[in-house]
Amino acid sequence: MTTAKSDERIQRVSFVTKALRRPELGALLGALVIFTMFAVADTTGQFAGLQGAAGWTHFAAPIGIVAIFVALLMIAGEFDLSSGVMVGTAGLLAGNLISEVGLGVWPSMIITLVFAGLVGLANGFLVIRTGLPSFIVTLATFFVLKGVNLAVTKMLTGTVRVDGVDVASDFESARSWFATKIEIAGASFQISVVWWIGFTIFATWLLTRTTFGNWIFASGGDANAARNAGVPVARTKITLFVVTSMAAALVGVMTLLELRGMQAGQGVGQEFYYIIAAAVGGTLLTGGAGSAIGASIGAAIMGFAAIGIPYALWDQDWVSTFLGVILFSAVLVNTWLSKRAKGARK
Amino acid sequence: MSAKSSTEKLTPALELKGVGKSFGNVVALRDVDLAVYPGQVTCVLGDNGAGKSTLIKILSGVHKQSEGEFNVAGAPADFNSPRDAMAKGIATVFQDLATVPLMSVWRNFFLGNEPKKWWKPLGILDIAKAKKVAKEQLLEMGIDLRDTNQAIGTLSGGERQAVAIARAVYFGANVLILDEPTSALGVRQSGIVLKYILAARERGVAVIFITHNPHHANLVGDHFFLLNRGRMIASFERETVVLDELIQAMAGGSELDTLTHEINIIRND
Repeated sequence: MTTAKSDERIQRVSFVTKALRRPELGALLGALVIFTMFAVADTTGQFAGLQGAAGWTHFAAPIGIVAIFVALLMIAGEFDLSSGVMVGTAGLLAGNLISEVGLGVWPSMIITLVFAGLVGLANGFLVIRTGLPSFIVTLATFFVLKGVNLAVTKMLTGTVRVDGVDVASDFESARSWFATKIEIAGASFQISVVWWIGFTIFATWLLTRTTFGNWIFASGGDANAARNAGVPVARTKITLFVVTSMAAALVGVMTLLELRGMQAGQGVGQEFYYIIAAAVGGTLLTGGAGSAIGASIGAAIMGFAAIGIPYALWDQDWVSTFLGVILFSAVLVNTWLSKRAKGARK
Repeated sequence: MSAKSSTEKLTPALELKGVGKSFGNVVALRDVDLAVYPGQVTCVLGDNGAGKSTLIKILSGVHKQSEGEFNVAGAPADFNSPRDAMAKGIATVFQDLATVPLMSVWRNFFLGNEPKKWWKPLGILDIAKAKKVAKEQLLEMGIDLRDTNQAIGTLSGGERQAVAIARAVYFGANVLILDEPTSALGVRQSGIVLKYILAARERGVAVIFITHNPHHANLVGDHFFLLNRGRMIASFERETVVLDELIQAMAGGSELDTLTHEINIIRND
């Protein structure tokens, strides 16, 4: 009697329901629809091929790398609005260390990553200690860094741009790791794509297979319950602030090496792309749920739009409008799917 | 009477002697005596503001008593944080703050005590083990889940409390403090929780059941302590107490009489 009853109950959790429970499902469906749409509207015949892939991944990879960690932070219940400007800060810092101070690329990069880690640490400590919303704390960091980027760059170089990083003797050796191209069947992919895929796999593993991942979900889901169960909530959140900031800095250095220089305004506004990618990928803005793969799919959708719209010979000016519509529909669909998957209870 | 005399020979799992607690010039607890024995359910009853929360916080290590003795298994307790209390096997299940609703049942069950495999510092979850143990332990407490992967928020309030209780018992709690576990629940749900309280008792756990509901206390309790305005005003044993007596004593006897009288006047109007 009991076993028959429990069998019947197991049958009700079908494959479809299981799939619906995945937070990234909405994003995946959306990505397929959008990809198909651009493949159909394509006038160059390249969008759906390897050339197209090299194009959209070039755009998506730097967004994806940071968006993954922004997503982890959002799952833990916090925002980092300074992640976009940190891309610029890191690029400028590394650039100035190389061209003005005369350090090699590798030591400059290490100093830059450490500096970014310290900024993340400051963000984290301020959020935990003051109890203020991270939205406000990191918004402040954002504006502080934005001003510093411009002022210090002008002070050191006399312009709003850092140049001359390619004179460093180890420029090419660093570039072969962070800004080279990989040829696959005639299409040249940026190496950032490899980093992007690597970080996606790493973050997914971290989130779903480790104790730290468990703590991330718990910190964002219900910080009090987590604390009562013995989870170090403050440490978890601070660690994520540090890692997010460092991921942004890595992208900053990659951009610097690829472009051989950097504008003082680089990265500003990117923080919204990261948050959009995370939200489109099924990360809850209130924390407690989400996925790293989802954020990467969100970044890929942005890549589709950035490449697909010019390929379709549409007016490029509409890209942001397109992303706005995508953000709204994806979050709407995600919410609807997760409600259905959870059933009527609660 | 014989049951009572046998318990008195045992060392209490927790014991308070003349404990008081004041915050500045506000006296929250005064001269409280309490003894809690393994394998028994000790109910602490009190209305709002009686000092129940302060009592829980002393027992769970959040606050230190201002005066009196607090002994754990016969030795003086010196708790500086809830972690110290947990280390001594005292687990507290707080009303709404026990589980993370969006996380799966097995993740909640092992939250903060995750089983690890391979090289421990890497913190790699042993998911297969976690799922298996969670399912077994819950089944042993009588909770039959189709899937420990489901979010705990999809369970009913009673089942969620039950998971929190099963978790505390599994992680070696020998004293279980339950803070108003039934207050937000319906009749059926409360029944589920009361069943798990007895299941924990069967396992030899000393259960402290804090409630303002004398009906629920009466169903599972072995000892009853009544708290009013920061004092233990009465204590009863299971053999000797009658439900009406509990209700009367809890509401402060004469106060309830006055209230009954006033309500009768209104009804007759």
